[in-house]
Parts: sequence; structure tokens; C-alpha cells
Amino acid sequence: MIVIVNYGLGNLGSILNMLKRIGIDNVIISNDPDMLLKADKLILPGVGAFDAGMQKINSSGLLAALNEAVCIKKTPVLGICLGMQLMTQCSEEGQLKGLGWIDAEVKRFQFANTEFKIPHMGWNYVTTTDVKLSTALPEQPKFYFVHSYFITCHQATDIIMTCNYGGNFVAGFCKDNIMGVQFHPEKSHKYGMSLLKYFIENFKSVTGS
Amino acid sequence: MLQSRTIPCLLLKEEGLYKTVQFKHPVYVGDPINAVKIFNEKEVDELMILDITATRQKREPNYELLKQIASECFMPLAYGGGITNLQQAAQLFELGIEKVALNTSAIHNPQLITEITNIYGNQSVIVSIDVKKNLWGKYGIYSQNGTKKTELDIASFIKKLESMGAGELLVTNIDKEGTWTGPDIELIKSITSSVNIPVIAGGGCGSIQHIADAINLGKASAVAIGSMAVFQKKGMGVLISFPSTAELATLYQ
Repeated sequence: MIVIVNYGLGNLGSILNMLKRIGIDNVIISNDPDMLLKADKLILPGVGAFDAGMQKINSSGLLAALNEAVCIKKTPVLGICLGMQLMTQCSEEGQLKGLGWIDAEVKRFQFANTEFKIPHMGWNYVTTTDVKLSTALPEQPKFYFVHSYFITCHQATDIIMTCNYGGNFVAGFCKDNIMGVQFHPEKSHKYGMSLLKYFIENFKSVTGS
Repeated sequence: MLQSRTIPCLLLKEEGLYKTVQFKHPVYVGDPINAVKIFNEKEVDELMILDITATRQKREPNYELLKQIASECFMPLAYGGGITNLQQAAQLFELGIEKVALNTSAIHNPQLITEITNIYGNQSVIVSIDVKKNLWGKYGIYSQNGTKKTELDIASFIKKLESMGAGELLVTNIDKEGTWTGPDIELIKSITSSVNIPVIAGGGCGSIQHIADAINLGKASAVAIGSMAVFQKKGMGVLISFPSTAELATLYQ
């Protein structure tokens, strides 16, 4: 069973719609800690501000279950957009600590050139350094991004995808059972479908297995 | 490199899709669900649905229809029309709509922009601005789907929208809309050069060259196409269409 974690932020319906379209029916949206612990795989979505996200995770009573599922049970988890950012240590966007699963931090885009509008919004191409993931995606993979903050990984080996917007930034990371993507696969046509299919059917650990 | 977005902009009236010219004379062009399915197959960058009668009829969005539309959209989806409060926006986001477009509400109650973006982020709100030149060549802003003239000054209004938290601006010259004569580049350029948020150029596109002009000359981040997306050619029959990836690639040369 796949559980889309509902902590009160994020476009959960869109993810569910796309999973159904690619033939994955064993999926639920849940805010029940027991369901999170029973899940075979977790999806951590999120749209909005970093502190709002962490506050919701804390106040919804899901923090302990998330930590147990991901850090002890090693349940594979996919973070999407803000969900990915919450997996890091901290963000320039807020004061609260992140989940701290990945040794990384979140910074705000800053450009001297005003032609680079903020947020980085729209379709952009990514470079995939992980071979297994790369073969699972269509050629010249592109995805829909919308974000004003980006992730800096402290461990270069965690980076599996990069993208360029006024400079390179991390579009995807992976460590053990934890994977995160900055873009919205659920809004990225066949490219997003391939990525979600890869996560559901093949992802255990990019660096291991 | 970030790709400039080309966004079919579909007009909803009751349960059908319509296309207007200069915001008037709506012509029926088909069933919205069917059109959305075709745009999804064509892998469009993004899609926008505007209900052109909701505000004037003081009506809420048609949630049932929008729910069906959202379930067929595997690309970002924006909706505008009749949104007057936070609760309505929340309901739309729950259906799977990514962005709400505000027009009349942004003029009468700009605080709503802040209320929505504080919770859902700046990217969740597009403010749609409809403008027209008067006899002396000065731009004026209109509300209620282009039917009511306001006294707002365009330069200070867009600055205010940006500071209230608007994530994007959709800018349409009413006199250009549906005319196939190309967007108002002068207008687009004046807006893109004075705000830091993405601007969607609307109104008037009739060819790939027009889209390219809005991007390269107007510096728009995205272009909304209406007639081009629903008609074969000017004055010809209905055809749901979208430029091919190869055609759109020429925008970047």
C-alpha cells in the first residue's frame, strides 16, 4: 500500500489522479500515524512555506510516525517540492528545523539579472546522474517546477538530478530509502508518470540494491 | 534552461466552452471535458480555464465541472471566475487546481491575494488584468470581465499586486483579444520591466511568431493563447490544437 501523507498542505488530489492513471490502485491519502507505519511506500507532498509545513507536521501528530517509518523501518519515501525541502536540516524561508533526514539546507534564489523571475516557474530540463533512474525516464526529461527556494546538498553523493536556472541547483536527491524531487511529477505529463512509476515499482535505494 | 510556457486559455460559459472577440460575441466551441482531454494528450505546458459569466452573475465556480476537468489534467491547471473569498480558493485547490486567477476581486479586495498566498504560497495566485487604451492612448484597467472601467493607475496597481503577494500577472489588452493580430507588445513590455514576478501575455496571438514576439520582445514568461487553441484559422471552424514541440522549440532560437 502506498500512502500519500496528508498533513494539510499540498495538492494531494493531483498525485492520486496520476497514480490511478498509471494503474496504481493500492494507494490512499491518510493522516493516520498507524497507516503511515503500515505503508510500503510513502509520498510526502507539499506546497507553501517551510515553517507552515513543519508546523502542520508537528501539530498533526505525524512527526513521530514519519520518523519511525522512514528512519527505523526504512520505508521508501518520495518528497515532492516542499515535501522534499522539509527533509533537509533547515531553510532560509523559516525558523523551524526540518526533518533532518538529508544533510542539506534550503536557500532562496537571488539573481542580479532581473530576467530571472522568482519563482522559478515552468518546464525545465533535468540532468540525471543516477543510471537506473535515467533509464526509467523518457529522453530529455523535463518537469514542471514552481519554487522560490532551492536545495544545497552538503554531500554531493546524495544528488541524483540537477537543473539549471541562473546556475545549477539540485532537482533530485536520494539517500538510502529517501528520495526527493523539487519539481511536480504529478503535473509533468509522461515524464512525471515515469518518475512516479519508477518510485513505486523499482525504487528501494538508488545507491544500494 | 527554463522554457517559456504556452498556455491554452479556455473560456467557460455555463457548461460549454466559448470563444470571444474583444470580450464580446461568444461563439460555442465545444465540450470542456473533451477539449481538456485533447490538450492533455497534446502535452500542453499548462492550462487555464476562465468562467466569463460567474462574476457578473454573482455565482460561485462550477466545482463539479472543475473536478472532472482537474482529474483529466496532468499539467498545471489555473482557474478564474467568481472567486471572492479564501474558502472558495481552498475548495478549488482541493479539487486539484494549482492556481486561482483573480480579476474583479483583486481590484475590490486586494487583501484576498495576501490571504490566499499566506497559506498556499505566491505561486497559487494569478492576477488577471484587463486593460484598454482610451482615445488619448492612455491605458485603463477594467473589471467584471471587461465591462466596468476603474480609475486605477496601471503602474501603481501592478506594484501593489506584487507587494500583496501575487505570484503571476496575466495581462490582456481587451481590444486585441480574439483578433489574431498579435499581442500588445508595448503593454507587455511595460509590465515585465516593472515587476519581478512572471507575466503571462494574453490577448491577440494568431501565430507562432506572435508567441515568440511576446516572449522575446515583450519579455513575457508565458503566453496565453485562445483563438489559436480552438480554431483552425481566423474565420474557420473549430479545431482543438496546440503548436507542436518542434514549433515551440523555434521560440528559443
